[in-house]
Parts: sequence; C-alpha cells; structure tokens
Amino acid sequence: MAKSKGAVTFNEDRCKGCELCTTVCPVDIVVMNREKINVKGYHPATVSDMDKCIGCANCATICPDTVIEVERIIEK
Amino acid sequence: MTKVFEKTKGLTDKPFHYCPGCTHGIIHRLVAEVLEELDVLGESIGVAPVGCSVFAYDYFNCDMQEAAHGRAPAVATGIKRVHPDKVVFTYQGDGDLASIGAAEIVHAAARGEKITTIFVNNAIYGMTGGQMAPTTLVGQKATTAPYGRDASHAGNPIRVSEMLATLDGAKFVERVSVHNAAEVRKAKKAIKKAFEMQLKGEGFGIVEVLSTCPTNWGLTPVEALKWLEDNMIPYYPLGNLCTPEGVK
Repeated sequence: MAKSKGAVTFNEDRCKGCELCTTVCPVDIVVMNREKINVKGYHPATVSDMDKCIGCANCATICPDTVIEVERIIEK
Repeated sequence: MTKVFEKTKGLTDKPFHYCPGCTHGIIHRLVAEVLEELDVLGESIGVAPVGCSVFAYDYFNCDMQEAAHGRAPAVATGIKRVHPDKVVFTYQGDGDLASIGAAEIVHAAARGEKITTIFVNNAIYGMTGGQMAPTTLVGQKATTAPYGRDASHAGNPIRVSEMLATLDGAKFVERVSVHNAAEVRKAKKAIKKAFEMQLKGEGFGIVEVLSTCPTNWGLTPVEALKWLEDNMIPYYPLGNLCTPEGVK
C-alpha cells in the first residue's frame, strides 16, 4: 500500500502562538518552539519530528492565521 | 510532492489583527477558499460589519464595502439588486447581526434577498470589551453581567438560525462550528453550499458559525474551543435547518 508522508512549513512570523495546531495533530509532532521568539513576540509553532508527518493538514485547517503550508509525498 | 494545503488567493497578504487563537481567522479563510474554489473571486462583493471583523475588507481579496453597525444586510440588498449577477455576501458577528442589526437580518431573510450571510456567533461582544450579547449563554460571565447572565433579568439567548429558518424567504440555514479540524471541514462544506444556492438564485442563505473569544471569555485558545464544545453546542445545536427542495 502506498504510504503518504508529509512536509509542513511554517511562516513563523505570522504565528501568534495560540497552540491550536498542537491539539489536532494525530501523530503529536506539532509543538511550540520555546527556544525562539518571532517578530510578534510569540513562541512560534514548529514540528519536532518531520519524518512522522503524514500530511493530513489538520494543523493548517485549524490555524487561524494561515501560518502553515502542507505538502504530501506518496511513497510506493 | 503535491501541495495539500496552501494559503488561498481569496485572502490578501495582510496579517489578521485578531487576538491569538481567535476563530475569525479560520472563518475568513473558509469563506475565501470557497470563493476561490467556485471561481467567483472577481465577481464577489462582500459587506463588512462593525465589531472585531470590521477590517474584513482588508483581508478578503475581492470587492468589499463597509456597512454601518448591523446594516450589512441592508447594504448587501442594495448591492445585489443593482448587481444581480454578482455574488454578494455579508460577514457579521453576533453583536452586529443579533442585536443592533436584528431588524435588518430578519427582513432581508423575509424578503428572500439572494445574498449569503456568514454569521459568527461567539456569544459575547468582542471588540468593545466583552459585554453581554443577545447570544450570551445563561450563567456566562460578561463585563455587563459579572455574576453571569440572569435569564429573569436579561432573558434567554436568541437562537438566530432557528428564528430565521421559520421565514419562507430563507432558503438555506445551517449552524456549524470550528472547534476541531473535522468541524472546520464541515463548516467549509456548509459555506460552499450556501454560496452555490446564491449562484442558483434560490434566495436568502445564512451559515451560523460557532466561534470563540478567548480574550473576553478569559480562557486560553485551546480551553476556549473546549468551552465552545461543552457549553455552546448543547444550546446551539449544529446542523442544517433549511435547504431548498430537491437540493442535498
């Protein structure tokens, strides 16, 4: 069966650190980057282990500030 | 590699001014995505309200008009009658639509104006600082109801969708929510259907979207979504209340 793998990119400076994306990830890899502060002064969202991403786009769907873009790679 | 999610062309590049976690951003995006998917961005005219979403005209990448408080359906009526071939929608909050604009929305629906209204219900006045709205739940605290809304004094919250669904002119009425990814996708389907109804010239359409106000509810954005699910949905049940005959 073809397995889908995802790649997520964050437009970090648009992020307001609301954390909604962290609650909807089925593989729990979306986290807040506590090491970093963006131009707005928030800890932006990021992905801890991109290899686990399945490209479901749940995070982008719930994001109120269109921070997230999702790509999907189909592996055969 | 295929893009499964990218920012819609229906929104401008201007960052939203909304508070962190405010679901206005999600609802703006859904409307913009639907307009893009229906390929009507160049044919659409939106009417922005007064309230938190007053700057909606800066965010939607289509023609927009600002209306006086609550009067968006009246302005949209004028625009639609002058431009019957354009897609006309209003984007209104609960303070704007259910309170000062209650007469306008009721009569626009009663006349069966062929416009689409996106009604964002977060059960409070956001922009002015968390006062009690007509949609505030009984017991819910607001700056003008510090001990919670008292039904014996302030009455019970208005279920706008149910009220409008009783009018013959209203052809599409649905209540949706955006408290998780699945509900966001359902909300988009409802918004798309409402715009398709308008393109078919069926009559008045409204989608009520249950929304959060983390700042004025005094909750974190994540807690606010949970509060919506636990408290608002039992009083404001989700679902379709009215669809034109022969349409699924």
